[in-house]
Amino acid sequence: MNTTMKEGFNLAMMKGLKKWRLFSLLAALTIFLSGCGEEYLSTLTPAGQVGRDQFNLLLLSTAIMTLVVIVVVIIYVLALVKFRRKKVGENVIPKQVEGSHTLEVIWTVIPILLLIVLAIPTVIYTYKHADVSAMDHVDADGNKTAVTVNVTAKLYWWEFEYPDLGVVTAQELVVPTGEKVYFNLKAADVKHSFWIPAAGGKLDTNVENVNQFYLEFDKESAGLKDGVFYGKCAELCGPSHALMDFKVKTLNRTDFNAWVESAKTTEAVAEGDLATQGEEIFNTSCIACHATSAAGSAGGVGPNLAAFGDRNRVAGFMEHTEENLKNWINDPQSYKPGNLMPQPEQLNNGEKFSDEQLDALAEYLMGLSIEK
Amino acid sequence: MSSIAQKKGFGATLWDYLTTVDHKKIAVMYLIAGGLFFVIGGIEAMLIRIQLAKPDNDFVSAGLFNEIITMHGTTMIFLAAMPILFGFMNAVMPLQIGARDVAFPFLNSLGFWLFLFGGIFLNLSWFMGGAPDAGWTSYASLSLASPGHGIDFYAIGLQIAGAGTYIGGINFLVTIINMRAPGMTYMRMPLMTWTTFVASALILFAFPPLTIGLFFLILDRMFGGNFFDHTMGGNTIIWEHLFWIFGHPEVYILILPAFGIFSEIFAIFARKRLFGYSSMVFATVLIGFLGFMVWAHHMFTVGLGPTANAIFAVATMAIAVPTGMKIFNWLLTIWGGSIKVTVPMLYALAFIPSFVAGGVTGVMQGAAPLDYQLHDSYFIVAHFHYVIVGGVVLAILAALHLYWPLMFNQMLSEKLGKWTFWFFFIGFHMTFFIQHFLGLMGMPRRVFTFGADQGWDLFNLISSVGAFFMAAGVIILVVNIIITAVKNVPVGNDPWEDGRTLEWAIPQPVPFYNFKQTPLVRGLDTFWIEKQEGNKEGMTYAEPLSDIHMPNNSFIPFMMTVGLFIAGFGALYNGEKEWAVPVLVLGLAITVASMAVRSVKDDHGFHIHKEDLMNEKGGK
Repeated sequence: MNTTMKEGFNLAMMKGLKKWRLFSLLAALTIFLSGCGEEYLSTLTPAGQVGRDQFNLLLLSTAIMTLVVIVVVIIYVLALVKFRRKKVGENVIPKQVEGSHTLEVIWTVIPILLLIVLAIPTVIYTYKHADVSAMDHVDADGNKTAVTVNVTAKLYWWEFEYPDLGVVTAQELVVPTGEKVYFNLKAADVKHSFWIPAAGGKLDTNVENVNQFYLEFDKESAGLKDGVFYGKCAELCGPSHALMDFKVKTLNRTDFNAWVESAKTTEAVAEGDLATQGEEIFNTSCIACHATSAAGSAGGVGPNLAAFGDRNRVAGFMEHTEENLKNWINDPQSYKPGNLMPQPEQLNNGEKFSDEQLDALAEYLMGLSIEK
Repeated sequence: MSSIAQKKGFGATLWDYLTTVDHKKIAVMYLIAGGLFFVIGGIEAMLIRIQLAKPDNDFVSAGLFNEIITMHGTTMIFLAAMPILFGFMNAVMPLQIGARDVAFPFLNSLGFWLFLFGGIFLNLSWFMGGAPDAGWTSYASLSLASPGHGIDFYAIGLQIAGAGTYIGGINFLVTIINMRAPGMTYMRMPLMTWTTFVASALILFAFPPLTIGLFFLILDRMFGGNFFDHTMGGNTIIWEHLFWIFGHPEVYILILPAFGIFSEIFAIFARKRLFGYSSMVFATVLIGFLGFMVWAHHMFTVGLGPTANAIFAVATMAIAVPTGMKIFNWLLTIWGGSIKVTVPMLYALAFIPSFVAGGVTGVMQGAAPLDYQLHDSYFIVAHFHYVIVGGVVLAILAALHLYWPLMFNQMLSEKLGKWTFWFFFIGFHMTFFIQHFLGLMGMPRRVFTFGADQGWDLFNLISSVGAFFMAAGVIILVVNIIITAVKNVPVGNDPWEDGRTLEWAIPQPVPFYNFKQTPLVRGLDTFWIEKQEGNKEGMTYAEPLSDIHMPNNSFIPFMMTVGLFIAGFGALYNGEKEWAVPVLVLGLAITVASMAVRSVKDDHGFHIHKEDLMNEKGGK
């Protein structure tokens, strides 16, 4: 081995060592951060490519910024320890230094370099995550290859329409795994913002224009705590902004296709006497706003209830029990202030629904399912 | 609190303050009014944290919570932070440049009263049907949909207060350009003056977009306009742009004076000239300039498209460079100095790590795709509290201790000051550090409650406990102020012993005409130079003792403001109450009549004669 080779070798070693250091810093960060939060909700446990890109950007920026903080803290602590008046002496007049060009150049150039390191992936990902060009690709038969969901945000619920599949649902988004799912986002009343933290960043639903982006989901949600990912409204939209949650069910492509088929064909049926009674009440009081068939298009006054029995939550945020459902129907304003569902008195001749009526309604609604 | 004021009756003192055009008295009024609003905003903050201390809490209702967060943000920015900083600018800047007052003393008074009455108008909403509830940003679709008069109070109140700020900003600009003492070149101006200058320039350019946005909102809500109603061809995104074209520079309007205050403190308590003075000035101007180029980073998720997002992302990152320059210059100022840890210095030292933490999270949010995750989550709440509390509020608390002897000729207790500091500092980090993680864990901001078992319960509780520490700190501060005011021990000029700039050279209490003779400024840190050369008086004079021309007090600014205040109610109830239009007209008539009186009546001010000046000994 001659000297140049040795030097080269050493250099490579050093480089490797440096890389290894950065890698270990990143690895430590990853472990530390992913310890935070729940898998179905946290941005720190990304569930798809978009979320993962953004998480990587988080790691990179955190690493760079940690470096800056460490440098500042070292200088700061040293200055504090070395130059306290007790140490320097009470009557010492320090040298009145004007400044230093060299230092100014150093702390201008190094930050610029660090920022360039961050700016490059930032710009690349900005374009990448806005690229919806494949949205309209069609196969040989003229069918769209990708799933597109039209999301309409309303006070305080979410409508999900699959325009190419002829299906509409509410509150629970169902998407296939392992492919890009495209979204058209719009608000029906005031501005909201569509956010599935585990899958990727948010995009606003504006009142005057449609926003488009895509998300990806790697795995089926069945294994998660509630069997779903959590979605949130991220823009203040009124009193019940905090309660404007939705859920995301991810299925593999085969199951997703089966779900779509079932959604298109399932008719609402009341099984048993109680449910039939419930259906009658529903048909006089509720059907004007709530559809019970998932086949169709967007534009419901109230959430589509075709899949109500499959849902994870009542009104988007309460545990899915008959008790909660009955409470909700009989006093929606106290549970979700400012929502647009009429109070029972407006629907039921000026009175609250009786216990019998509620039992029947609950029985009927809980029986509405497209997954069975 | 000067000895003169105590000898006067209460009525006479009140009349004196209602009519004063003296920048020092106006500064005191800004401080008191801003302090009051700070306490109100603080109480609102406590209510927020109590509500969020545990999941599914029902301490306040959903609608009330939105009113509280809206008023907390609006109050803290417009009615607490900015006015208090205006107070310090008013108190210090004219003295620093060797001026007898600001350029337009009458306007100075008008600016204050407009701010105060605008703030009162806004807060009256609590008692008149409900406060605004669309967030301090008041995004158009929600603010148009909001029932009641809350948003109307917001729009009109901020319009009145904003006019005051605008007038104040112009006044400071003209003052600094025209009223500097001989020898006070631009590159000898202390950093506090420089940052006042740049912040005022930002006000000059940033407030008109807000004014326009607010007028659109007023017209839309009260007079049937359709600027933001998309069903009538309007567009809500216009509001977002107008608001943030104002809103982002606003952040720098707040933080630049804070930088100025800390620059003074580091130099004084390290007994050392500010390191890299010219680059500090350059960085200040550059930050001010870039501040106008980045507003859309508040709108990354609006759907402006990748090109706009990429450009604004890179521009945002660029701001980190001049800000970093400042941090390192401060570090190098204390490096090699002789550091004395007084209360102001304690705040300044705490500011560096706190603000750096807030700054780096800002850069993270500048990375647009990452911001898609962070935006409108608790991460952003943590970030802006790190820069506003860790920067601006720490500066305000520091300046309160630093300039208290300058403004009142008494010293706040250092011991109690340290208690305040530690409570506030620990509470601040406890409250907000953990919120970064809440955001990353998927918690959106502006939620009135949150469901249990989403992994957020413990962190929210910790955050709420921290808020109580901060409150304890503020209570100790109030006690400190009361004790100090009651004791009233005069301390004289240069109480910190290492004052470097002109304001510390003036005898205490500061005479109402400030300088008997206009000083000659012989370099940066002119008082320091005089002291080093053994000049006992602390000043070299640029002119012989001669008559001083002073402005008369005036009640007209107060009346002009009262007119607008009354007119505000007329506009607010337009179309709803019969008396609305007459009241609107009456209010505007009062304002216009007051302006006419001001225009027609000659007011040449008065002269203090040379002989009287010679008889006075320094202070009094």
